[in-house]
Amino acid sequence: MKNKLLGIPYIIWMAIFVVAPLILVVIFAFTGRNGGFTLENFSTMNQYVGVFGDSFLLALVATMACIFIGYPLAYFLSRENAALKGMAMMLIMLPMWMNFLLRTYSWMSLLEDTGLLNRLFQAIHLIDLVNVIGSSMAGLLNQPYEPIEFFHMINTPGAVILGMVYNFLPFMVLPIFSVIDKIDHRVIEAAQDLGADSTVVFRRIIFPLSLPGVLSGVTMVFIPSVSTFVISGLLGGGKTMLLGDLIQMQFSGNTYNPNLGSAISLVMMVIVLVCISIMNRFGSGGEEAVVL
Amino acid sequence: MKRTLAVFLTAALLAAALPGCGGSKNVVNVYNWGEYIDMSVLEDFEAQTGIQVNYQTFDNNESMYSLLSSGGSSYDVIIPSDYMISRMIEEDMLEPLDFDQIPNFEDIDPALKNPEYDPTNAYSVPYMWGTVGIIYNTEKVSSPVDSWDILFDPDYAGQILMFDNSRDAIGIALKSLGYSYNTTDETQITQAVDLLVEEKPLVQSYVMDQIFDKLEGGEAAVGPYYAGDYITMVENNPALAFCLPKEGSNLFVDAMCIPKGAQNKGNAETFINFMCSTEVGIKNCTEIGYSTPLLSVKEALPDEIKNNPVAYPSAEVLAGCETFTNLPENILMLYDSEWTRLKTTK
Amino acid sequence: MRQNGFLSRIFIALVYLFLYAPIFVLIAFSFNSTKSRTVWSGFSLQWYRDLLRNAEIMDALQTTLLVSVLAAVIATIAGTAAAIGFFSMKRRPRGICLAINNIPMTNADIITGVSLMLLFVFAGRVLNLNFRLGFGTLLLAHITFDIPYVILSVLPKLRQLDPNIYEAAQDLGATGLYAFHRVVFPEIAPGVINGLMIAFTMSIDDFVISYFTAGQTSTLAMVIYSMTRRKVSPEINALSTLMFLVVLSLLLIINLRQIQQERAVAKKLAHAKH
Repeated sequence: MKNKLLGIPYIIWMAIFVVAPLILVVIFAFTGRNGGFTLENFSTMNQYVGVFGDSFLLALVATMACIFIGYPLAYFLSRENAALKGMAMMLIMLPMWMNFLLRTYSWMSLLEDTGLLNRLFQAIHLIDLVNVIGSSMAGLLNQPYEPIEFFHMINTPGAVILGMVYNFLPFMVLPIFSVIDKIDHRVIEAAQDLGADSTVVFRRIIFPLSLPGVLSGVTMVFIPSVSTFVISGLLGGGKTMLLGDLIQMQFSGNTYNPNLGSAISLVMMVIVLVCISIMNRFGSGGEEAVVL
Repeated sequence: MKRTLAVFLTAALLAAALPGCGGSKNVVNVYNWGEYIDMSVLEDFEAQTGIQVNYQTFDNNESMYSLLSSGGSSYDVIIPSDYMISRMIEEDMLEPLDFDQIPNFEDIDPALKNPEYDPTNAYSVPYMWGTVGIIYNTEKVSSPVDSWDILFDPDYAGQILMFDNSRDAIGIALKSLGYSYNTTDETQITQAVDLLVEEKPLVQSYVMDQIFDKLEGGEAAVGPYYAGDYITMVENNPALAFCLPKEGSNLFVDAMCIPKGAQNKGNAETFINFMCSTEVGIKNCTEIGYSTPLLSVKEALPDEIKNNPVAYPSAEVLAGCETFTNLPENILMLYDSEWTRLKTTK
Repeated sequence: MRQNGFLSRIFIALVYLFLYAPIFVLIAFSFNSTKSRTVWSGFSLQWYRDLLRNAEIMDALQTTLLVSVLAAVIATIAGTAAAIGFFSMKRRPRGICLAINNIPMTNADIITGVSLMLLFVFAGRVLNLNFRLGFGTLLLAHITFDIPYVILSVLPKLRQLDPNIYEAAQDLGATGLYAFHRVVFPEIAPGVINGLMIAFTMSIDDFVISYFTAGQTSTLAMVIYSMTRRKVSPEINALSTLMFLVVLSLLLIINLRQIQQERAVAKKLAHAKH
């Protein structure tokens, strides 16, 4: 199945709708407010180092968490029967059809100090239990103990990470699942016949073969996590500013400053691209990520 | 899987195609704040005039402004706030109104005519107005509240909410320092943001509409928001109280305007006039809960609302309030960089 | 392969609980009698009634579904063709094309949105077209950010494809299109369908790019964001609940039929053995 010509229409399409806008972004990034060429947008960027740091750190942690939850899930699901698998994959996507903002508001209701989860924990006496254990431990150590009334979850970096994991977990599960699901069963059976136990089968066969899926999962979770906005406002209490919020502010804040916004975005993009290409180099050496 | 897909796509397409799009020429394109109208009013307008309403909504003045200034749209009626109106007048983005076509303008409270943001009242007709005040939970706040100071009080650490937009938040800090909302003195603004930086450890979260849930549910004790919204909140939690701080506060007006180049100016004026009729005013006012600029509407409201000092404060109280005006470019930039400083402080 | 044990099943259940807990909250509060998202004030169907009368939300729903379906279908056809084209290229040009293809995904949504808006406005002025941002530009934008996902999901399937079967089909006298339809397509179909699903989901979920390119039309996400000064109306919860139920029941029906068919096949096989 070879037909180079089929690629041409999309190459033209990309030139118009991907490359041309990107050139606009680059032009904007190097333009001052008065319209002349300037490097000022980049030179003032050192004040945002903290924002870059926070965003990349949170996105990294969220991506790791997605691997630790998404990988086992994809692996376990691949062992179910076909009907269940299809259903399970649809159910992974389905939450994304509910509006993102609405889902994040729901997490806010769940995580608040007086929120639904804490009310549940109180009702099942989980909080009491923690207090009993806590005070007896403290008693043993002769430490003072202050009983808690609730678990403090909202407005913490943990809540922001939870929001990211929640929103982007499907992007980790789908590629890993489709790669594991494609692994030829005969290879595994052959290994078992040769005396490999299930740990060895997993370590020597399934895991290496599933790496491309993990790599593309990482790409697809990390990128939106770095540039996400709103989550930090709703679940983090708006106290840490992330890159997405910062860029958003340049376009819909008091001052409409698309030049600075473009510059920040350009820097973010370059860093992300460098990270991904390094990761792919270390990974399977594939030239592009596998999605599904 | 293939069949699943076919079914989904057909269902989605069917649902999308069901209400046919009737493209009629006689239209008016309206751009308003979200959740800021009684939707049945639009049907009434269509029935009465035969003009079809294309109704769209925005989430804040700045995004409305950037959409309009990019030239990517054409609305006939927009409803920005005071300071944005003065900015758009300055930048020649608004069309002067033909008040002969808007006879109901008569009914507008004279106190709201010829406002600072539109001194000759050539471009705008007030739609709703209100004040910003402190909303607090009387079960959690025992001391009397009469000043912005409570938002900076360490006794309420972790229980304080604050506006998540620079103009309102910095404005409150300016007021509590005794300055004007519209100061262009850079040191005053920096000082105000220093105060906010100091306040930051006390703040539970920076919020917009989340404040409804957080105050109604008892998650937080105190926070600043709009008087009209307090009236909605107190219905869900009677322990809430409202205070207009003694240092003075913000009086805002959202007003109807016609942007330059509107293609249906006549229809736009008909629409504005319709929105100023008593019946429609009552519907909107009941739905939204903000204060009406229409005298006949206020008259028709139940006593407990029209005599409620939260919705309709006395003239002396109002005299202590200040309206936002448009700030010069360099000050707007300072606002943004100072706001970033606040948000990036640990 | 081994079936899942009890602990694995528990793990699966917990992850799904995590995914659906907020959805259940969202559904529950669509039946609340006040606008509150935390305080339960009594059961009511008023938001469902209001929803049906709300022309703004209904229009936005229509726009959203229409743009998502059209964009997903067009992107799937175009993306599959492009994937075949890319697959046929030499390594170096293919690498470049794929790198460019990744750009819309690596960019912050807002940058994609703003730059497309600038492009449309600029094109409108330069070409002196009497044209405005609207459904057309919205659709173009959605197609643009959907195609990369389709390509990335079709390419791996092409790589798994045995290159000989297409040629074998042609040797046996099949024309190019016929061979594609009967031989190649069934092989890559799972990738194509996954691409379509992802594209549709991305379109439904998008707010930022639509916001800058939709001009005077609104998608559902845009309507919801515009409510954030005055509080998002539970009518939206009601709408989401209805959408959720429709999709879920479709899923269940299809799944049940699939199981029935499998049983029928198994029975036949059993009969045949006897």
